[in-house]
Amino acid sequence: MKCHIRNSERRACWQAIAITAICVALAAQATAQGGGELRFCLRAEPKTFHPLKVDDDASAAIRYLTGGVLVRVNRQTQQLEPGLAVSWNVSKDGREISFRLRSGVTFSDGTPFSAGDVAYTIQQLMDPALHSSTGDAFRSGAGNVETKVLSPTQISIRFPAQVAGLDRLFDQVAILSQHSPKKEMAVLGPFLVSDYTPGATVLLQRNPNYWKTDDRGRKLPYLDSIRLDIQPNRDVELLRFKRGELDLINSLDSTYFDKLAETSPQLVHDAGPSLDSEQLWFNEVTKAPISGYKKNWFHSANFRRAISEAINREDMARVVFHGHAQPAAGPFSPANLFWFNNRLKPQAYSPDAALKALQSEGFRLENGTLKDKDGNAVVFSIATNSGNKARESMAVLIQDDLQKIGIHVNVVTLDFPSLIERMMQTFDYEAILLGLTNVDLDPNGEMNVWLSSSENHQWNPQQKVPETAWEAEIDRLMRVQASASDANKRKEAFDRVQEIAVEEEPFIFLVNKNALSAVATTVHGAAPVILSPQTFWNAERLTVSPK
Amino acid sequence: MSLWRKLPYVLLALVLAASLAANWLAPAGYARQYREATDAPPSHAHWLGTDELGRDRFSRVLYGTRISLLLAPAAALLSALLAALIGGLAGYLGGMWARMAMAVTDLFLSLPWLFLLITARALMPLNVSPLVSVMVTFLLLGLLGWTTAARVLCASAGTLRTADFVRQARAAGLPGLRLFWVHVVPNLKPVLYAQFWISIPVFILSEANLGILGLGVAEPMPSWGSLLKELEGLVSVGEEPWKFVPLILLVVVVTSFQSLLSRREEVAA
Repeated sequence: MKCHIRNSERRACWQAIAITAICVALAAQATAQGGGELRFCLRAEPKTFHPLKVDDDASAAIRYLTGGVLVRVNRQTQQLEPGLAVSWNVSKDGREISFRLRSGVTFSDGTPFSAGDVAYTIQQLMDPALHSSTGDAFRSGAGNVETKVLSPTQISIRFPAQVAGLDRLFDQVAILSQHSPKKEMAVLGPFLVSDYTPGATVLLQRNPNYWKTDDRGRKLPYLDSIRLDIQPNRDVELLRFKRGELDLINSLDSTYFDKLAETSPQLVHDAGPSLDSEQLWFNEVTKAPISGYKKNWFHSANFRRAISEAINREDMARVVFHGHAQPAAGPFSPANLFWFNNRLKPQAYSPDAALKALQSEGFRLENGTLKDKDGNAVVFSIATNSGNKARESMAVLIQDDLQKIGIHVNVVTLDFPSLIERMMQTFDYEAILLGLTNVDLDPNGEMNVWLSSSENHQWNPQQKVPETAWEAEIDRLMRVQASASDANKRKEAFDRVQEIAVEEEPFIFLVNKNALSAVATTVHGAAPVILSPQTFWNAERLTVSPK
Repeated sequence: MSLWRKLPYVLLALVLAASLAANWLAPAGYARQYREATDAPPSHAHWLGTDELGRDRFSRVLYGTRISLLLAPAAALLSALLAALIGGLAGYLGGMWARMAMAVTDLFLSLPWLFLLITARALMPLNVSPLVSVMVTFLLLGLLGWTTAARVLCASAGTLRTADFVRQARAAGLPGLRLFWVHVVPNLKPVLYAQFWISIPVFILSEANLGILGLGVAEPMPSWGSLLKELEGLVSVGEEPWKFVPLILLVVVVTSFQSLLSRREEVAA
């Protein structure tokens, strides 16, 4: 039996199909911005999606992409910019901050945003039961934090004591919803967590209720989604990037950077010196189980300065980091535009001057071996963490440099827990080579390093009273900078701290690594910077074109 | 003897001689850094190029061969002797002794060696010279590497215990220890040799892996293990083929040893 369809019916049928296809396409366009999907790796499993509990890099990356904050540090200019707050004001005594909030903003689930949510977030943040490391930065003294909701768009927050750099700290505080049934999964940032497969992937979708628009009034973010693959292996990450399976690599190793640059120079970005530093320090702990004569060497500022002078930092930056590092001038990198002390310059390499300085201290060179005034050969060990190829190479370069002035160095690599145990508990070491990862521009973030009473005052931690005059002076200056509300006064105090640190060399600062990254050519709008998150700090304005 | 059959002897002799003559053959000391020529390809000045710190790779291969070729067999010998003593004797005695020895062996096999080695490293002083570090590393390997060989030797000795010639000797009144030494040990030799040769490359590679615990050969002293580490992260074989020389050397030496071993077994058969 044959079925006959008339031409007019056939035409009508095709028209119906075409109209349906157009409707489907339009509907799809209505939900997607067409910005594509951005793919990159998290190097560890995120420990939490709760923005106030974040204390690891993977969770911090997700918080950055999903959390809405009152004020945001622009990663390029390092200046503070309005976020959910259109304006803010810090009181003269540095204890109170008032925000005027944006109106008409809603959370990703449609719950309206108001000053009540900010008050709720602060209350949660300061709750000791939450153990929030973000909250720790706000704990300035005994007493409660008071929040006063003045109107749905106005709030003031008063702290029991002055908090230095108070406004900048809010860059880390993602606002929670007081009323949303989704709790912390209701967000105000450009993206929201839509799927999570432990050990494999975190999928972020664009937040349809995100408040920000571009200059042309187009809603941000442009991207439809971000796929974060959990991948601790850097070789695999690089291989996948080369295959086009990933769009970004953050914190690229200098060796990988050069390998990639050889074949695809357009993909790699060197943003210049980062905030991170690598340093060497001697054990100055009085009760440390090391020989008395070695303690005398390590306690001598002249000895430490001579060692510093005998280390060739230029070679270190060139050989170990293939030129993607700069000799360090002091505790802060020049990348920290405001707080770096411009008067400081990297220590010049001069083994002859180092030897002369040691000889003036009673050391003498005998048959290629340096000996102290009591005849003890100058031999010590430098421990570093195993598996870190750059640090192992730095230690071997130092070994070779110091050999030139008759000092014998034994390089020891230890697994990280053993190294930390020796460093923090048993103090059974002579010198350690490690790095400091700085994410905070403000010197307040380093209070735990510079205060002599702190447990992270690595060369001689937890001193009941400062054991040296210069440590007492650093303690005083750090407290001055933390309690002054005038930024210039703070800078003046911290500049002096940097100068004392360079004069006394408790840390021998070696190099500041450059911020290296890779971005696929399919990603548009990327402008890698030195501050974390290097490559996706402007994720809301990125687009990915299909290959 | 044909040239083919002589080849393993020749190769081993050449490698051993070259490593022993490193002081004269090497164009530079193993620690000398040519910082202006790091990661350089082979040249007239540096036959195998330089490593990432500018050290002459050919010199480091020669000195590293000396260390690995002398100390890995020493550690293998120590572990083989321990295995013969514990496994061989337990197998020969049989019964309760064999069960006890094997229980101890199983216990050793089940121990988390990684953590024990970390503990061992934590107990050691940090300020030890590279030479002491290398000796300690191979001594530890020798002391810990006997367990698998002991199980094999225990099984072999157990079979020999009930063999006719051993029963005959026992019936003839030969005392136990002498019987073990004269009749059992010579028959365990092929298994013992095999375990010895197998252990050498295992120890060489173990030393390389121990480096991440800070137990390996300390810088700037080279070893095959530290030289093999250079291959980490190498994307393709054709990229820098000269970096494979330590690996080729390891394969050549181990193959030559194995070839000699099988030759001896053929002769014995």
